[in-house]
Amino acid sequence: MSKGRILLGLTTIIVGLAAVAMVAANPVHHATVHSQSWSFTGFFGHFDHAQLRRGHQVYKDVCAGCHSMSLLAYRDLQDIGFTEDEVQALAAEVQVEDGPDDTGAMFERPGRASDRFKEPFPNEQAARAANNGAYPPDLSLIAKSRAGAGFLGYEGADYIHSLMVGYEEPPANVTLPEGMYYNHAFKGHQIAMPPPLSEDGVTYADGTQATLDQQAKDISAFLTWAAEGNLDERHRTGIKAVLFLVIFTLLAYAVKRRVWADVH
Amino acid sequence: MAAPVFKNPVIRWIDHRLPVFSYLHHEAYEYPTPKNLNYWWNFGSLAGVMLVVMIVTGLILAMQYTPHVDYAFNSVERIMRDVNWGWLLRYLHMNGASMFFIVVYIHIFRGLYFGSYKAPRELLWQIGVLIYLLMMATAFMGYVLPWGQMSFWGATVITNLFSAIPVIGDEIVTLLWGGFSVENPTLNRLFVLHFLLPFVILGAVVVHIIALHRFGSNNPLGIDTKGPQDTLPFHPYYTMKDMFGLGVFLLFYAFWVFWAPNALGDPVNYELANPLSTPEHIVPEWYYLPFYAILRSIPDKLLGVIAMGASIIILFFLPWLDRSPVRSGTFRPVFKWFFWILVFDCVILMFCGKYAPEAYWMPFSLEIVDADTFTARVAEVRGIAHDEALTAVGDMWGVNAAAGTFGIKIVRLGQLGTLYYFAYFLVVLPLLSIFERPRQVPLSISKPVLGGGQSVAHATAKSMEKA
Repeated sequence: MSKGRILLGLTTIIVGLAAVAMVAANPVHHATVHSQSWSFTGFFGHFDHAQLRRGHQVYKDVCAGCHSMSLLAYRDLQDIGFTEDEVQALAAEVQVEDGPDDTGAMFERPGRASDRFKEPFPNEQAARAANNGAYPPDLSLIAKSRAGAGFLGYEGADYIHSLMVGYEEPPANVTLPEGMYYNHAFKGHQIAMPPPLSEDGVTYADGTQATLDQQAKDISAFLTWAAEGNLDERHRTGIKAVLFLVIFTLLAYAVKRRVWADVH
Repeated sequence: MAAPVFKNPVIRWIDHRLPVFSYLHHEAYEYPTPKNLNYWWNFGSLAGVMLVVMIVTGLILAMQYTPHVDYAFNSVERIMRDVNWGWLLRYLHMNGASMFFIVVYIHIFRGLYFGSYKAPRELLWQIGVLIYLLMMATAFMGYVLPWGQMSFWGATVITNLFSAIPVIGDEIVTLLWGGFSVENPTLNRLFVLHFLLPFVILGAVVVHIIALHRFGSNNPLGIDTKGPQDTLPFHPYYTMKDMFGLGVFLLFYAFWVFWAPNALGDPVNYELANPLSTPEHIVPEWYYLPFYAILRSIPDKLLGVIAMGASIIILFFLPWLDRSPVRSGTFRPVFKWFFWILVFDCVILMFCGKYAPEAYWMPFSLEIVDADTFTARVAEVRGIAHDEALTAVGDMWGVNAAAGTFGIKIVRLGQLGTLYYFAYFLVVLPLLSIFERPRQVPLSISKPVLGGGQSVAHATAKSMEKA
């Protein structure tokens, strides 16, 4: 290759990469999201089960009052270290409608491990009526649907954490409508959800100090697990796949060199 | 070519009655391939591999998927959560679409640079363009199936484009929708077509390969093979070279599937489709962005749709727009530059498709800001009132060169990009065919390698690059 061609190629690559980086960067960034370090990022990243159980406690004691999590079943909690008995006990805390029975009537029974998480409201209208007209979104996939777009975007967990700790007094020139709160991580800064977490708002079963930041991190990790429960398995499988592919590729390269040795 | 003699009597018996083994031997084993193909020639077989990956994963996903507006979203989540290895199948499939397009784009640009569309390979090229069109349709339909917010709104925007067609436009849209809005019948027909089209693509690929094997592959020198000294049998030379390329490519693919499976998609698609709430920005998948930018750069809806369609249709006519007798860009000193500008132009168009047309790109601070923010910056830097800044910014190509503020309105940038895209095919290539003086082309593939500099016909060719 001539120098000119190399130079041309390099220039194209650099300019191209710069353009792609700009495509990836978030435009018109009204809301501020700060990156945190998470146990589940990186090539070997995996969930911290103790953290997920704390996060589940925050979810159960705080979020579940208004937010559904319709895609998860109680049995899924066994994946984060709850025993079968604990899961059954957790499920039995709620009453679920079942039926019809032999007489054709619906009846209530204690929840089972195979039941989906019980939803706090029977339907969207009821949820809105109880929440000043705002609809608390389902949290099953919130960590995936609130991630920063693009390759260089932030994790959904970063967003949730920033939102949890992002409540503040509105600036002097902002007047909030009735029932709205000011949050710097939320788009447009006006959010209908009252600050859900407070210092020592929950008492952790494992004795961890329940600071606001600790709770925010734990719930963010838990919601990431809820959206992407197979992440650990995915990373483990990926490592195996890459190891296999590296060996395969090296062998293929050696064979190719050998086969082509007599050409030219 | 002598028919091969098979040792295995069963194979011999079958081959005598149905010569599939002779055929395979001829087309996949001894098939003479130019000996000087570089790694850019790996992408054709990679595209074939991706098609198979997509069909196999898609087939298994379809066994678990429910094409109904009330169940589609949750059935995809069921695949992700409850189906054994369902997450892997789905991530392979959704990232596979992006990988397929990356491979095909490189394949297309390779053809553009080395003149693979020129005689006698015009039909081969056109079948390729047809495959690309089919891929775009298939990928669009596939993106609708999970029935997320972007699925729904993407489907609404794209199907609505057909309403721009005069007289029969609205009828066509009703037919596409199976009703009066994007609803369950729409999802059903898109699912059926998404299942069907890959097999149509497969058929087109077979035709593509038949056309390819008529004259054989083009090569980096762009000259015809002159005899056995210029070629190698496909197996083991190119099967092994392709195998190595496949390994490298699969490593790249694995990175996305296992560590960034959602990075190429839009997060909003993890929200259930809601016809009552429009997402803030409706943005297509990355591989459509340049065409979306072309569509938006023309203010009139019908003309925009025509421009977008023309940007692909024009490729069908490429063999007759570029009349230069030299195939390979290596020997075309001027063409080369315009080609790389086209590559860069497509990246720019991609970037324009991504952002709101009224936003401003500020190249010096590498920022995209909305019109209000841009005006405020201009006002601040110049120390003038907001109203005055508004006039100063104006609409004149959206450029404002006030000290410290330089911004280009995205839609204007897209218009420049569109202009170059069409100019490349309609003006640059026809003119280059007349005015460009190509470098001396080597006499044969084997000679420059065997005889060094002397084998080349003219001394001017000394500057020729070794391909």
